[in-house]
Amino acid sequence: MIRLSTPLDLSVLKSLQAGDEVLFSGKLLTARDQAHKRIVEALKKGTRSPVDVRGRVVYYCGPTKMRPGRAIGSCGPTTASRMDKMTVPLLKAGLKGMIGKGRRSEEVRRAIRKYGAVYFLATGGAGALLSKKVKSARLVCYADLGPEAVVEMTVKDFPLIVGIDARGRDIFSIHERTRR
Amino acid sequence: MRKISSQAIRECVSRLVLEANVRLRGDVRRAISAAAARETSARGRRILQELLENAKVARHDNLALCQDTGLPVVFVEIGPDVDVSGVNVTGAVQEGVARGYREGFFRDSIVADPLRRGKPGFGPCIVHTSFVRSKGLKVTLLPKGFGCENKTQLKMMPPTADAKDIEDFIVEAVKDTGPDACPPYIVGVGIGGSSDYACQLAKEALLRPIDKRSRAPHVARMEKELIQRLNRLGIGPMGLGGKTTVLGVNILLYPTHIAGLPVCVNISCHVLRSASEIL
Repeated sequence: MIRLSTPLDLSVLKSLQAGDEVLFSGKLLTARDQAHKRIVEALKKGTRSPVDVRGRVVYYCGPTKMRPGRAIGSCGPTTASRMDKMTVPLLKAGLKGMIGKGRRSEEVRRAIRKYGAVYFLATGGAGALLSKKVKSARLVCYADLGPEAVVEMTVKDFPLIVGIDARGRDIFSIHERTRR
Repeated sequence: MRKISSQAIRECVSRLVLEANVRLRGDVRRAISAAAARETSARGRRILQELLENAKVARHDNLALCQDTGLPVVFVEIGPDVDVSGVNVTGAVQEGVARGYREGFFRDSIVADPLRRGKPGFGPCIVHTSFVRSKGLKVTLLPKGFGCENKTQLKMMPPTADAKDIEDFIVEAVKDTGPDACPPYIVGVGIGGSSDYACQLAKEALLRPIDKRSRAPHVARMEKELIQRLNRLGIGPMGLGGKTTVLGVNILLYPTHIAGLPVCVNISCHVLRSASEIL
């Protein structure tokens, strides 16, 4: 089992291969559809976004509400492809990792290779189990988006599978080829 | 005539919200468990085990099975012995949903305006009310996650289409969905009626236990054939390969027009949630 932690060691990140299983510890930023839209708009306008993605890992996740006494509610990944159209500007701005479920577009795969990032998969529909790996969470910005607000989560041994590695190899196309 | 109050409906709906989102349906749990024993891919087996573990944690810690606690679709069936005169049934359902979601610390996933979006809330949900022959007032709640709802497909097929044509359309719909919507899937299919009614049937098909095939032999045959074909696609748990691509295929039929054959496919992720109660 490979361990990865933040701040990211880029040489470790780039050595990961599609299909590798990784235990991630450290800080994640949650961001999904509406947060992406705002970050991309800020980057486009050149205004300062309250979210600095440089060197960070973004988790496509909108958790359930926090129950008193717990670090976070149920918190599994959402479908990554909805973020495809908004991903390249973030990678260009220095984003190094993404966590979600399902396939990515060809455009995203190429940008992952170009900017040396990694797309990770987390098990979808296992949000209760994954919540046990979250040690703390704090609001970063966009509180008005409710569950789509940007939250910084500190996780320990969060289980991931490398979906697209820094060389652009995609686990789903590897599988499709072997099936044929 | 037995009078049923809006309070009774509201409380019933709140209970169903809490039950459906936290306890994995018995038939779904058994199907995942059986698939884990059959699955030949080691990674696939491990993912299926994780899902069973997730169900245990959710139940034990009283946590939502999945962070997407869905858009609740509620079916209210009113029997002939029930009196709901003076009761705002839809209003009571909406209040029950909001209260249940708040109490369960579930996710506020509903935006009031689909265009302007805005801050999400707990409702409104979708309510289907019908008057039926069976006694009592039956409430069924299905919180539908949108990762899989987004994969819904409707096709208005020609009336001359045969079983194979219909099956091909369903197989293509699952292929298009691929690894994106949390496989293994449960596939709900509505055949017949009008375009809108076929969509409703496809959703209602998800309420039927997934280990029971249709009572109509020609429909049961289609379901079995589809289960085999879909599991040969090799999508597997979370799309990472394996022989478990679907846990079940449920088809519902309704009479239709001589000129048409509406077919709707409504895919559910492996966290198929629903609960019902008769008042």
